[in-house]
Amino acid sequence: MEIVLQNLTMKFPSRDRKKKEDVIAVNDFTFTVPDGELIGLLGPSGCGKSTTLNLISGLLKPTEGRIFFGKDDVTNLAPEHRGIGLVFQNYALYPHLTVRQNIQFPLENRKGKDRLSKEQMRAMADEAARLVQIDQLMDRRPAELSGGQQQRVAIARALVKQPRVLLLDEPLSNLDARLRLQTRDEIRRIQRETGITTIFVTHDQDEAMSISDRIVVMKEGVVQQTGKPQEVYDSPANLFVAKFLGTPPINVFEGRLRGGWLYIGEDKVLRICGAGEDGGSGASGASDGTHGSSVPICGETAVRGGTGQETLPDQDVWVGVRPEGFLLRENGPFACDLNGVEVMGRDISVLSRNRASVNPTVRSIISTESRVDTSSPTVRFALRPEKVFLFDKKTEKRICFTLQQGDASCTAGSLNESGKKVCPAKAEHLDGTAPDLADRQGARR
Amino acid sequence: MNMAKGRFGNLKGWLYLLPAILFLGAFLVYPLIDVFIYSFEEGYNFTSQTYYGVGLYNYSYVLHDPYFLQAVKNTFILVVITVPLSTGLALLISVALHSVTRFRNLLQTIYFLPYVTNTLAVGLVFMILFKKTAYSDGMINLLISFFGGSSIDFIDGPYWAKMLVLCIYTIWVVMPFKILILTGALASVNEDYYKAARVDGTSRFRIFRKITLPMISPMIFYLVITGFIGAFKAYSDVVALFGTDLNAAEMNTIVGYVYDMLYGDSGGYPSYASAAAIILFVIILTITCINLMVSRRRAQG
Repeated sequence: MEIVLQNLTMKFPSRDRKKKEDVIAVNDFTFTVPDGELIGLLGPSGCGKSTTLNLISGLLKPTEGRIFFGKDDVTNLAPEHRGIGLVFQNYALYPHLTVRQNIQFPLENRKGKDRLSKEQMRAMADEAARLVQIDQLMDRRPAELSGGQQQRVAIARALVKQPRVLLLDEPLSNLDARLRLQTRDEIRRIQRETGITTIFVTHDQDEAMSISDRIVVMKEGVVQQTGKPQEVYDSPANLFVAKFLGTPPINVFEGRLRGGWLYIGEDKVLRICGAGEDGGSGASGASDGTHGSSVPICGETAVRGGTGQETLPDQDVWVGVRPEGFLLRENGPFACDLNGVEVMGRDISVLSRNRASVNPTVRSIISTESRVDTSSPTVRFALRPEKVFLFDKKTEKRICFTLQQGDASCTAGSLNESGKKVCPAKAEHLDGTAPDLADRQGARR
Repeated sequence: MNMAKGRFGNLKGWLYLLPAILFLGAFLVYPLIDVFIYSFEEGYNFTSQTYYGVGLYNYSYVLHDPYFLQAVKNTFILVVITVPLSTGLALLISVALHSVTRFRNLLQTIYFLPYVTNTLAVGLVFMILFKKTAYSDGMINLLISFFGGSSIDFIDGPYWAKMLVLCIYTIWVVMPFKILILTGALASVNEDYYKAARVDGTSRFRIFRKITLPMISPMIFYLVITGFIGAFKAYSDVVALFGTDLNAAEMNTIVGYVYDMLYGDSGGYPSYASAAAIILFVIILTITCINLMVSRRRAQG
């Protein structure tokens, strides 16, 4: 079942009576969940992701906007008529009922012609239990189950009525680390097996990245970026998304652009050119036909219109460098004070300090083949340009750039061979507008 | 070292408990044993501290005393009627209160007021409502005659009328506490259970029967058990309504009988009083045990 969220807005009246302003939990959320996909709603606590889930479930009514399940407008439909399965963060299993009674509970509610015989209910409960592999535990009570098993019972209870949409609220937050890993694979498997469109909410980027087909990153009620996990990771739309995704987190530095060079502190680290018109064209081109607004994924400051190889104007920027973006080079352009080395088996993480760094330590991940001279007070890096992101100092939006190797000037022809374009084309449009949404809008009118 | 510390810790624990143990021993355990002994000593006399013999005569006398049998009958009727009714009504009111959002606090306060009002003062109000005097028939009788019925003397009249007033009075007095406990219990049920039930399309009645009721059942059992105990020990309510000459009014309770045997007009019989007290103790103990067994079985099965 495809789910379409259209300009979804949710306001709550402010608790503070002196302030008349409403609290906006979800602000103008437009997004299409393709049929049969697993979507992770991701954001820090208080960003409106649970509210969004409650809006989709029908437990809350949106202030503005519409929700479609396939062709049906379900905005004003009560939760029980939407055909959803909802798994709560605390599972909300009825403690006085056995596992079987819990799973059968939704089925026993059916009345009239939908009413099921006892045998049918038993069979459906057994099937749901088998799917989540708890068919051995049917006569236990929730208190006699481990957290992971309770989670499975909750999922079985949500699945037993064969919902069109499965919603999971922080499904893994109550589990310990090992179980979390196991359960997230389990959720992925169950979703694949049933093919039910699934939306889950999490604040854990690791969790969302690992199992989602698509992630939606939210902050303060506003969608920051949507897309496939890898694409969003490789090409964050703004500083917030860049900082939120990835463990260990991205290293952020204060940098500046001077005459086509990126400086971090006093170090002249990368030769930078403007992104040009084909920089953000993948995104803006798609949106031109639908929504009118063309927000390129890399931010407004990208130089457009010309040959595409102009120098970016001199400005102060935030520089984000992924931990894996550092390369140990004896004469690398970027110098840091060496702090220590952590050996993690698979790779080494080098801890260092830099004055321009926003974080107290700069963490870089280096393959075990490189040797770090721990006696040296400084360590020198070269940066992998595709792991370096520039953000506008004020708007914190991404600045597209292309890279020149060597000292070649930013000319039109130099892009093809020697220059690498470091800008995303594939990531989805910021507000997630899909072309068919426009069709639907037209059809409704 | 460890042992010594453990012992010392133990000793300290006992030290902290000492005041309570002393008080309970002097004012609860000792009297209890004493009453038990009295109940077997025939014709015990306070002043001379003498008795004729030891045996079961006291029990036999009490169990054959028509006043005592009347008191037992009254007490049982009171218990059987008021405990389920007051608990059921309290549950109904609590659920209603829980679903009201506006004025909830105000309503809760109003429903709790009888609890903080003195028993005798409430008894006085009931007298005004029900008592028939030379000057007035009382509020309730006025209402009855307004609707075409004949007036009844609820305080000095037929047995059933007196029992009715007593039951209404008792229910009215015990309900506030039960409402307080039950609204608390209802508020403590996690909202997510209701949300989950709503998503599954559960009807309101089914939610109440299958979710709310089992969730608050420990509190209901607590109220039933303490309600039984309280109703068996009824005395002050009866005095507030019918005065102190309860045997004449046929409205005596077991506790009332014990009091009368000790201090009443027919007083001065500590042996009989002790025997009656022990019988009451056994009744309450039995009923409470049955209650606990039932609630435990319910919790398991």
